[in-house]
Amino acid sequence: MDISITVTNRDNKTKKIIAPTDMNLNLMEILKVYEYPIEGTCGGMALCASCHIFINSKHDLPAISLSEKAILDDNWDTQPNSRLACQIPISKKIDLINIRLAPEI
Amino acid sequence: MIQTDIIIIGAGPVGLFTVFEAGLLKLKCHLIDALPIPGGQCAEIYPKKPIYDIPGYPSIQAADLIKKLMEQIKPFNPGFTLGETAYSLEKDQEEQFIVTTSEGTSHRAPVIAIAGGLGVFTPRKPPIENLNEFEKKYIHYIVKEPEIFANKNIVISGGGDSALDWALYFAENFASSVHLIHRSENFRAHNDSVQKAMNFAKLGKIKIILNSEVQEIKEKKGALSLNVISKNKKTQSIACDNWLPLFGLSPKIGPIGNWGLEIEKNAIKVDNATDYSTNIEGIYAIGDVNTYNGKLKLILCGFHEAAIMVQSAFKKIYPNKNNVLKYTTVTGIKGF
Ligand SMILES: Cc1cc2nc3c(=O)[nH]c(=O)nc-3n(C[C@H](O)[C@H](O)[C@H](O)COP(=O)(O)OP(=O)(O)OC[C@H]3O[C@@H](n4cnc5c(N)ncnc54)[C@H](O)[C@@H]3O)c2cc1C
Ligand code: FES
Repeated sequence: MDISITVTNRDNKTKKIIAPTDMNLNLMEILKVYEYPIEGTCGGMALCASCHIFINSKHDLPAISLSEKAILDDNWDTQPNSRLACQIPISKKIDLINIRLAPEI
Repeated sequence: MIQTDIIIIGAGPVGLFTVFEAGLLKLKCHLIDALPIPGGQCAEIYPKKPIYDIPGYPSIQAADLIKKLMEQIKPFNPGFTLGETAYSLEKDQEEQFIVTTSEGTSHRAPVIAIAGGLGVFTPRKPPIENLNEFEKKYIHYIVKEPEIFANKNIVISGGGDSALDWALYFAENFASSVHLIHRSENFRAHNDSVQKAMNFAKLGKIKIILNSEVQEIKEKKGALSLNVISKNKKTQSIACDNWLPLFGLSPKIGPIGNWGLEIEKNAIKVDNATDYSTNIEGIYAIGDVNTYNGKLKLILCGFHEAAIMVQSAFKKIYPNKNNVLKYTTVTGIKGF
């Protein structure tokens, strides 16, 4: 099954993208596939904060791990709705999620 | 002017292994890296994580891989310019390249190997307006020479390994006073270091200020005065000789982007069918910094690219000599 994700880029342009749920991808990876300016420097290990996003919809997301929390705590652009995209798997649970890329680190 | 056969830009795993492959062909190398230590991503991003796809090692910690590479290249006695960014590129009348760093160190060689990975590791700077006014005199984003902080009053900001490790180091070795300011109450540094820092705080060797950040800076009586605000809006000011905001480094392609090399998606296009040469003759790009059809950003692939590339570099440097591939098993390692 495919899900739909609404993404607002750093230039404020908003677009809907489609993502497959059966390829073991996370949000950081799908943003890279669509060539959004997200580096994913640490490959998705919650070590670099280059995949920082804001969540603008109400979805049941996986809990924030200690390492994700620590990385977000150390970042001055962090807001209450901040997450690391690499820590959110693409699944049915996040269909129609609405996200915005955080400023570049 | 430092003269060598191959200037290697980037001392990550791929740049380091290039020294070995070049050494087998009796080519001397000099490495330049913006970081004060060798190792690239392995040293800066994940020193304590295991890597499972280095041939011959079912598992090896990234920092150990770098240690072993340093040991492997030792016989070839490479030169290092560390803590400096390769900034400008020129060619002289004898067709040799001259690479000059941000600090003004010049290097000259007939061949350049760019092993710059994801780019120059650049400090993440806190969003404080007048930061650059005080950078030269008071602020350090990377610790290059720890001795300069001996007996100084220093303040470190950050919650990662480098913030904690340096706070401990200064408290243990020489600084007169160390403050550690962190934006939250959990650190992302290694547990052992966190525990040690807490013990030091109990002994009064480090003052730890949690849930706080530096909001403003100004100069006062020949010292830097930091205005620190906590989450519940309490403020205090701390005077110090040096402030070290250690919020990590993130890679940026940097000055190499302006050298006339063909760049695609932040990487340098190379000829992968032959020798990983770029569009400028005599300049090669290997490891994570290059791109070609089917490229994989893996250490293993960078090692392979290094071996192929130095063969081509040898022909460029000695057009009339023929090189015959010899196994290290047969010839051993003859250093210089
Ligand atoms: C968390 C994580 C896990 C990984 N796991 C694996 C794994 O399991 N297996 C694997 O094969 N790979 C893994 N990788 C990828 C691997 O680390 C890279 O492929 C490898 O580091 C590339 O080496 P490199 O020498 O090309 O570049 P880098 O390691 O990026 O080093 C490049 C160096 O060049 C320097 N530099 C760049 N430009 C300049 C300049 N102008 N002047 C001075 N210095 C400059 C930089 O400061 C840097 O130190 C992982 C990466 C990360 C982040
Ligand atoms: S990709 Fe590095 S934290 Fe997500």
